[in-house]
Amino acid sequence: MNQEWPLWEVFIRSKQGLDHKHVGSLHAADARMAIENARDVYTRRQEGVSIWVVESRYMHASNPDEAPSFYDPMNDKVYRHPTFYDLPDELKHM
Amino acid sequence: MPVQDMEHIFQDKIDQEIRIEPKDWMPEKYRQTLIRQISQHAHSEIVGMLPEGNWITRAPSLKRKAILLAKVQDEAGHGLYLYSAAETMGISRDEMINQLHTGKAKYSSIFNYPTISWADIGAIGWLVDGAAIMNQVPLCRASYGPYARAMVRICKEESFHQRQGFEILLVLSKGTAAQRRMCQDAINRWWWPSIMMFGPNDDASPHTAQSMKWKIKRFTNDELRQKFVDVCTEQVKILGMTLPDPDLKWNEQRGHYDFGAIDWDEFWNVVNGNGPCNRERLAARVKAHEDGAWVREAAVAHARKRQEREKRVA
Repeated sequence: MNQEWPLWEVFIRSKQGLDHKHVGSLHAADARMAIENARDVYTRRQEGVSIWVVESRYMHASNPDEAPSFYDPMNDKVYRHPTFYDLPDELKHM
Repeated sequence: MPVQDMEHIFQDKIDQEIRIEPKDWMPEKYRQTLIRQISQHAHSEIVGMLPEGNWITRAPSLKRKAILLAKVQDEAGHGLYLYSAAETMGISRDEMINQLHTGKAKYSSIFNYPTISWADIGAIGWLVDGAAIMNQVPLCRASYGPYARAMVRICKEESFHQRQGFEILLVLSKGTAAQRRMCQDAINRWWWPSIMMFGPNDDASPHTAQSMKWKIKRFTNDELRQKFVDVCTEQVKILGMTLPDPDLKWNEQRGHYDFGAIDWDEFWNVVNGNGPCNRERLAARVKAHEDGAWVREAAVAHARKRQEREKRVA
């Protein structure tokens, strides 16, 4: 019987006000152990103020092979960018 | 630990510009204030799609149609960012939607005015989004992390909204006499409601002091309004148009433009449900939600079916 601990993805918030960022993964028997292990593996130099762990099997990802068609609808919409609009130089604060 | 000590530590963090995150202890009043403010902001984005949506099918060119569609899509997106930020404080999406639909939660009064000409889409971009940006830029430094981060994203996307609006007016201002009249008429109608967007005068805004102490707000309503008036008074010259305020005058001593008295009776009348479009807007929201019920149910049924199929395969 496979007794390997499940894999967990680890996210660290480096400072209050910033997003949690994915830093890597590790094995642990449960969420509590995963958080403690993450502390030992990923924050030995005070890299974080908050840790999130998510069991890897609950992570769903987009397929990189499908990227061209997946993001295709955004390719031809330059007008979503402020630089698309031609406005006089003397216009300030916009 | 006694609550007073917790409050002391909390205020200390705020004073040191340390952001508050969802799992941190916070006073109940702070939580309630932010839930109200963020959800009201989210509702404004969602209801704000309606006055502009009115012109998507009638925009004067394919280019303008695509731009307007993109802008309205952004507003839907901004509503979603904000609803999620509010959800981190423990209120559910359904609760918020319900508060909007029953009239318990408000949204920005500006969206209760009608969009009767194409120039209104220009005026909304320039003035309404301009006022919103003036309000929102300081919110990128609000003390509550998820709200501040949502605002950073929103402000970045909002910039094109204002520019496309000004460009619409600029084109009209160089057009025929009728187009110029239309441009001026839109500015006349949107100017006063836009400067009302900053809310009541400081002496009539009892919550401002607490919100500033908590660093939810960084500037008072009147400070932001003054900044907006100063900026717009210069910008309108480029259009060769005027702002509809005979009292608008540069004040050398203050280093600001003086402006006329705001009709607060009109403001409160619209807030309290009696603006030109209040009933229409709310009815449109409720109808969209009810008409969409079958889609939500179908999506859940489809997900369940897929799950069962995968289970059978495995």
